[in-house]
Amino acid sequence: MAQTTHPPGTGGHAASGGEGGSRRDFLYLATGAVGVVGAASAAWPFIDSLNPAADTLALASIDVDLAPVAVGQAITVTWRGKPVFVRHRTAEEIESAKTVNLGDLRDPVADDARVKKPEWLIVIGICTHLGCVPLGQKVTDPRGDYGGWFCPCHGSHYDTAGRIRKGPAPANLVLPTYAFTGDAKIRLG
Amino acid sequence: MAQVQATKFKNPVVNWIDSRLPIFTMLDHEYNHYPMPRNVNYLWAFGAIAGIMLVIMIATGLFLAMQYSSHTSLAFDSVERIMRDVNYGWLIRYVHANGASMFFIAVYIHMFRGLYYGSYKAPREILWILGVLIFLVMMGTAFMGYVLPWGQMSFWGATVITNLFSAFPIVGDPIVTLLWGGFSVDNPTLNRFFALHFLLPFVLLGLVILHTAALHVCGSNNPLGIDPKGPQDTVPFNPYVTVKDGFAVVIFMIIFAVFVFFMPNYMGHPDNYIPANPLVTPAHIVPEWYFLPFYAMLRAIPDKLGGVLAMFGSIALLFFLPWLDRSKVRSCKFRPVYRQFFWILAIDALILGYAGSQPAEGSWLIIARIGTFYYFFHFLVLLPVLGKLERPRPLPNSISESVLKGGGAIAAGAHAKPMEKA
Repeated sequence: MAQTTHPPGTGGHAASGGEGGSRRDFLYLATGAVGVVGAASAAWPFIDSLNPAADTLALASIDVDLAPVAVGQAITVTWRGKPVFVRHRTAEEIESAKTVNLGDLRDPVADDARVKKPEWLIVIGICTHLGCVPLGQKVTDPRGDYGGWFCPCHGSHYDTAGRIRKGPAPANLVLPTYAFTGDAKIRLG
Repeated sequence: MAQVQATKFKNPVVNWIDSRLPIFTMLDHEYNHYPMPRNVNYLWAFGAIAGIMLVIMIATGLFLAMQYSSHTSLAFDSVERIMRDVNYGWLIRYVHANGASMFFIAVYIHMFRGLYYGSYKAPREILWILGVLIFLVMMGTAFMGYVLPWGQMSFWGATVITNLFSAFPIVGDPIVTLLWGGFSVDNPTLNRFFALHFLLPFVLLGLVILHTAALHVCGSNNPLGIDPKGPQDTVPFNPYVTVKDGFAVVIFMIIFAVFVFFMPNYMGHPDNYIPANPLVTPAHIVPEWYFLPFYAMLRAIPDKLGGVLAMFGSIALLFFLPWLDRSKVRSCKFRPVYRQFFWILAIDALILGYAGSQPAEGSWLIIARIGTFYYFFHFLVLLPVLGKLERPRPLPNSISESVLKGGGAIAAGAHAKPMEKA
């Protein structure tokens, strides 16, 4: 590129000489670079318009009142178009979740790390295998071999902390972002 | 194009494809070596500009369609959602809305260029007719697009324009009912307009390809209106015309950007930000500016059917233009009398446009009537008669002789080589 700084009089000479780039090469590259930046900036508004819009994002956090959920019951709420499982765990369920040997787990996480208050387990109700909604929210549902959830699509079993125990799913049920805003009130998102 | 000599390329992959499907030879022939008259001016860039506007309209329209709902209860709100909530939705919609106007500006300049330099005359009659067809399809597409936001002007524009067909005796009312899919402009109308508004741009694209193919058979006209006589009269399309067109496109885009970013609603109408109300007609309905001259003709004729016929006739006339103009001389440069009338026609079109934007009463109505009369007088009387009476100035022997004042070398360029005559 050294030739590009030559005064105009030597431009033709540089173009015919084979060493390095000529003034013309530099102009091609510079024009091309500006063109690429321009095309990318023109393309970005189109691509970004496909991302979630402001009104979609505005619906992205919701408040849930947990007071009516009795011990042993579970509710499903919709958050960002996905089901969120909220289970009011019984003492035995908490106990069985805590006493598991972490070495036996496929995706080892302690129960404390999956809940903010031991009696409330809050997970996204989507099987980490291929996205089905596992059964187990109703008392009459099959809950699998570990008393948590059972995915009917390909037979994954989750325990009472929503951890994968058996079946094809690779990971535990995902935890949503949430915070307790009161004793029995949470805000998702 | 079948008899074109296959081009040899350096890249073996390109050669392999080209010997099986000669797209590279075609592109090389039509957009690289393609001989352009060396004297074309910037008015010849508006074809390329119009083509780019079509691409911009299809691209922005595709992304708008992904966010739009074509139901009467959702349409207006979905457009407002695009404006307020969708990321860059305001930009895409303003580019699309102002792009329609810029597309018409480019096409109108392109058409008046053709009128001034006689680009419709033999052997370019089919080229011109395809152009008029493109204009018609564009008008239909633009009209249906304007209905989609479902504002007051959308609704009442749709009502007025579809009611035009009721002017025809006997078949009129059934046609209008068929267009509406009901007994007024309503949800079925909106739905089918959306479907057609999505389809017609691709019909336009097909017509543009035919228009370009027809152009490349006989080559571009030029300001002198005489045929190139050999390579000394032409330059290769690339780089000479690509660079010139490219520069014109950049200037045009800057003006486009000024509208989009600083005055996006200048060419629109505020009433279209009021949701459609089938029970209240706005006090003063006007179409978009590009329809105003035709709207003026519609209202100028005191008879309903007559007005509709005048409006459609004003465009239908253009199909016959190559045979209405009897003069063999193409360019206005050598037609001293016609040139004056050309400018009167251009001013007439502007006056008609302004009259179309004013309430149809008092002096504007009279002006619109005079303007309408002159429009038809120009095409039906002046053009055939002038061809016989006018004495054109002598044509130059060749483009190069006229432009370079006495011959000139064949244009040197990266691709300079002897070229076949256009």
